[in-house]
Amino acid sequence: MEILVCVKRAPDTLENEITVNKDGTNIELEDLVYSVNEWDNYAVEEAIQIKDKVGGSVTVVTIGDEEAEEVLRREMAMGADKGILISDEAFENSDGKGIASILKAEIEKGKYDLILTGAQADDGAGQIGGMLAAMLDLPYASLVNKIDIAGEKLTVGREIEGGVQEINEIELPCVLSIQTGINEPRYVGIRGIRKVASVEIPVHTAADLGLDASAVGTSGAKVKKLDYFIPETGEGAEILTGSQEEIAEKLIELLKAKGGIK
Amino acid sequence: MSRQLFAYITHKNSAADDSAFELAAAAKKIDANASVTAIVTGKGEDLTKVCGQITSAFAKVWKIDGDAFAYPNAELIRAMLVKILPEKSITLLAHDTFGMDLGPGLSVKLNASFISDVVDIEGVKSDILKTIRQEYSGQVSTHVSCDITDGAVINIRPGSFKPEETSIGGEIEDKSSEAEGITAKRKYIEIIEAEIGDVDITKSEILVSVGRGIEDEENIEIAQELADAMGADVSCSRPIVDAKWLEKSRQVGTSGQTVKPKVYLALGISGSFQHLGGIKGSPFIVAVNKNAKAPIFQVADIGIVDDLLDFVPVLTEKIEELKG
Ligand SMILES: Cc1cc2nc3c(=O)[nH]c(=O)nc-3n(C[C@H](O)[C@H](O)[C@H](O)COP(=O)(O)OP(=O)(O)OC[C@H]3O[C@@H](n4cnc5c(N)ncnc54)[C@H](O)[C@@H]3O)c2cc1C
Ligand SMILES: Cc1cc2nc3c(=O)[nH]c(=O)nc-3n(C[C@H](O)[C@H](O)[C@H](O)COP(=O)(O)OP(=O)(O)OC[C@H]3O[C@@H](n4cnc5c(N)ncnc54)[C@H](O)[C@@H]3O)c2cc1C
Repeated sequence: MEILVCVKRAPDTLENEITVNKDGTNIELEDLVYSVNEWDNYAVEEAIQIKDKVGGSVTVVTIGDEEAEEVLRREMAMGADKGILISDEAFENSDGKGIASILKAEIEKGKYDLILTGAQADDGAGQIGGMLAAMLDLPYASLVNKIDIAGEKLTVGREIEGGVQEINEIELPCVLSIQTGINEPRYVGIRGIRKVASVEIPVHTAADLGLDASAVGTSGAKVKKLDYFIPETGEGAEILTGSQEEIAEKLIELLKAKGGIK
Repeated sequence: MSRQLFAYITHKNSAADDSAFELAAAAKKIDANASVTAIVTGKGEDLTKVCGQITSAFAKVWKIDGDAFAYPNAELIRAMLVKILPEKSITLLAHDTFGMDLGPGLSVKLNASFISDVVDIEGVKSDILKTIRQEYSGQVSTHVSCDITDGAVINIRPGSFKPEETSIGGEIEDKSSEAEGITAKRKYIEIIEAEIGDVDITKSEILVSVGRGIEDEENIEIAQELADAMGADVSCSRPIVDAKWLEKSRQVGTSGQTVKPKVYLALGISGSFQHLGGIKGSPFIVAVNKNAKAPIFQVADIGIVDDLLDFVPVLTEKIEELKG
């Protein structure tokens, strides 16, 4: 099975406190630690496991700047066979439809049986997979937490409210967005990354993909981010201060009053 | 503005989801004078009941009854909506697991703009809709504008819009015949209920809940010791279950359990809406987080800005001292 996985380089929320920059045009980018979007790691692991079962290949693709190459190498160190970096100044400030139409152009240059995305990324939109499927006229299922191969079809589980699993049959080729927890992504060490350090990663531009620059990027975006701000906190929590012992004592009094200590 | 507004209604066990009335409230913020049409798909008596329930909030209810719609398959419903929605209409969906499945693809097929997970709407000025979204689990917010000249599909975050008491008494129109003969390449098979675990956290009065800030599987013990001292149960956020450190039955949130404790201690949990969506009944919330700006502090009653790995053992010891 020829599998393509879309991956995004995103700030690691465990490593960073995300704040707004001085003029409110973006988040504060200085000192941000990046990694691959959490959901995409699960998607790549799933692709590798499918390949190991039925053969084929796994390609990882990302749209980003030169620095996005590092996430491709990371996923190749996990076991993806090939990486493609899609990069062009014309792609900056693309909205979701812009990103999806760039990915569509890349996908149409190849031949894939299965296309995987993460269920969502740092923007929390969860939009690219569904858009891509509709643009390619392929069937789609979101929030997938189980994949079984059954000939020309897949049996997939979607994780819905309450952790309930909704089982569907879906025809190949198709697009699936992957939910966390579907597998346990393998660990990649420095050594693994070193092994793929010299593998050539092709860079595709708008021209390579035959994309009209005005249809993507800033000019193609119907959805625009105007500014960033810190939401008003309303009442907010009362923050306890003092030494750890003092805070603990204050907290115990409060907890006792609320029935929080039995 | 003479734009047509629609809301797709989800329902379960013969009752409309709460989001139905929230979508009606959100539509009002786009156009206070709009007459909004609800679209409901389903089968038989269940569907009839749901349609009846929502006439109070909508000017029109389009009812689509058919075997194919007995279970909501987003791929089928998308094809149906593309067939029946007028050009350039604005369609509101709840940003739940169904809306996430349907919205993005629907917007492509309608050639309409798409905005995901909207938490507030500021209004429309010359075909530009201004909304508020959140990023990074609510750590920052953004104003997002959307060109609605060619229509839009807007996914609304559940719980963000306050339903109004209305008695519009909308008319129900049966549109089932327009939905005949629609097919999809995805077929719904069955539902598998979530597994029941060793502890039923939905019954717990006190919960000590751990998030990714616990950092390591071994550290769960720190939380367990605190829970033992307090007479509480241990619950968690989703990443802890993904890492297989705790059972799925202990996960709090929209894709886990809905809990109603008296006291909820959030240790190293950022406060994403999917997590908070599983906490009901307004408990007394205490948050321990090393990031003073973590969104959990907006909903917590009491906050402690500290490394939980340092603070929690101190708290446990003090409680044990007290108990003697
Ligand atoms: C500087 C800057 C300016 C921006 N301006 C705008 C703007 O004006 N309007 C606007 O709407 N958006 C804007 N964006 C957001 C940008 O368009 C998003 O990257 C895009 O919407 C897709 O990301 P997402 O988080 O929404 O994806 P989601 O749909 O949440 O992600 C789901 C999956 O899609 C895939 N995916 C997402 N992005 C990529 C990628 N880059 N390469 C490969 N696969 C990917 C991954 O598999 C991911 O798991 C801006 C972003 C930046 C960095
Ligand atoms: C469809 C869908 C359904 C979902 N359902 C759920 C659900 O049911 N339940 C759920 O929880 N999530 C759910 N999620 C995931 C959700 O979006 C968040 O990713 C998740 O809730 C984040 O968990 P967290 O707060 O533990 O981790 P993070 O967001 O990574 O937060 C960790 C926090 O710990 C703090 N921290 C780090 N180290 C320390 C330390 N040593 N001491 C103190 N604080 C520390 C950090 O400052 C941060 O605030 C769902 C997502 C999707 C897309």
